[in-house]
Amino acid sequence: MTTLDIAFAGVGLVAAASGLLAVTTRHVVHAALWLVVCLGSVAGCYLVLGAELVALVQLLVYVGAVVVLVLFALMLTRAPIGPNPEVTTSRAHRALAAVLGAGVTALLLSVLLPVAGPARKRPGTSNTAVAEQVFGTWVWPFEALSLLLLVALVAAFAISRMTRAAEVAQSALPEMTAPERISQ
Amino acid sequence: MTDVLEVTLRSVSVLAAFLVLPLLVGQAEHKVMAHMQGRLGPMYAGGFHGWAQLVADGVKFVQKEDITPAAADRRVFRFAPAVALVPYLVAMAVIPLSPDLVAADAPASALFVLATTAVGILGTLMAGWASANKYSLLGAMRSAAQLLSYELPLVLAVASVCLAAGSLSLGGIAQAWSPWWLIWQLPGALVFLVAAVAELQRPPFDMPVADAEIVFGAYTEYTGLRFAFFLLAEYAGIVVMSLLFAVLYLGGWQGPFSDQLGWLWTLLKGLVIAVVIIWLRVAWPRLREDQLQHLAWIVLVPLALAQLALTGVWVVVSA
Repeated sequence: MTTLDIAFAGVGLVAAASGLLAVTTRHVVHAALWLVVCLGSVAGCYLVLGAELVALVQLLVYVGAVVVLVLFALMLTRAPIGPNPEVTTSRAHRALAAVLGAGVTALLLSVLLPVAGPARKRPGTSNTAVAEQVFGTWVWPFEALSLLLLVALVAAFAISRMTRAAEVAQSALPEMTAPERISQ
Repeated sequence: MTDVLEVTLRSVSVLAAFLVLPLLVGQAEHKVMAHMQGRLGPMYAGGFHGWAQLVADGVKFVQKEDITPAAADRRVFRFAPAVALVPYLVAMAVIPLSPDLVAADAPASALFVLATTAVGILGTLMAGWASANKYSLLGAMRSAAQLLSYELPLVLAVASVCLAAGSLSLGGIAQAWSPWWLIWQLPGALVFLVAAVAELQRPPFDMPVADAEIVFGAYTEYTGLRFAFFLLAEYAGIVVMSLLFAVLYLGGWQGPFSDQLGWLWTLLKGLVIAVVIIWLRVAWPRLREDQLQHLAWIVLVPLALAQLALTGVWVVVSA
């Protein structure tokens, strides 16, 4: 057991625990905040494994942007303080989700456990090596992915514009703002 | 044993810088603003030109009652100031003052600073939501919208400098800097400065805290030490962004006698930028929410992209 092993076990444990809390809590905003802890500790895992660049990008993109966007959307729509019974799922759903989660875990374990041998080395991946891989070998898949994201973004924008135009035509009733909803 | 001692010493130095430099900037703000407005500013605390005003403020904040509103989400409310404050402390650890004078020399420190400061916004969001106050929530939503828009030009501007230097490390960037960058990277520098002021939610970008409209935004319900932590986070943010600007665009420690006085050059350049940020507060009225978004998406993002393209072309041509 080296210090790195202990550190990896520590951040891994935090990631698993916070992930579990994120899906079991009944407070919507708490779920998003536990997700922050979970994604942050996954970044910690990358860091311990020597992938510094991946860890920093994980922190910048997921914690700094994606979860902030999720929180922003939650606050803009409906995020009361305290447990929110509306988002609680039925028992059947929960059981199904647990089975599905266990299935995915078993699948991953069956693939990963044979690979895990006793010999472990942590090659510190240099930023230059990552850049060469991303912009050399994998440049086309990388660009295709970014194009896919762009198309999804434009499509989402188009859909939101269409529904809003329909709504405006349908009713001229004033909408309630988020703080009013919260105070109710 | 010496390793443990060294790490402790480095951490303590970062903590000391974190506690002293924001106070210096705060005191500079008191005095610079006052003189720009034909006032004297604090004159009594500590004797000489009110130098101890912020120490007195700190003592006052400690003595105030720490109130959590009854309707608030208690744990999130109480934890939010720490989330806002700690990222700047961590970011300060990787900013080099001279080639040897850096607490933690990370290989991708430019990215590290951006990643950690991006986490700080969560503190504001948590504070605004957990306060159970509509002004706080409005403030939090305004700051989320603002910070998300200005994150992009900030990252693009830093990417351009990294490209020009061929390095992701702040030390490497300052080492590669030459006076020619002052012209070549000027659009990126302007974008960075504007986006940094917006990230700090300082005037003219203080829509999220606009005290005349939404009281004090996400910080309305905070009192005492927790409120002081939010203020400290703002001033620590000024220190981080000013030093970052000095290292990225002004060559950090480069200057006469840089072998001995390099750290002083970095600090001086950072101080000049901090005074500029204070000056902006005195000189400009607050931008409206739509003007804010316009500036970010119509002006800053295209400008940053153009700078990135220019840098890329020049690097390829001159290589």
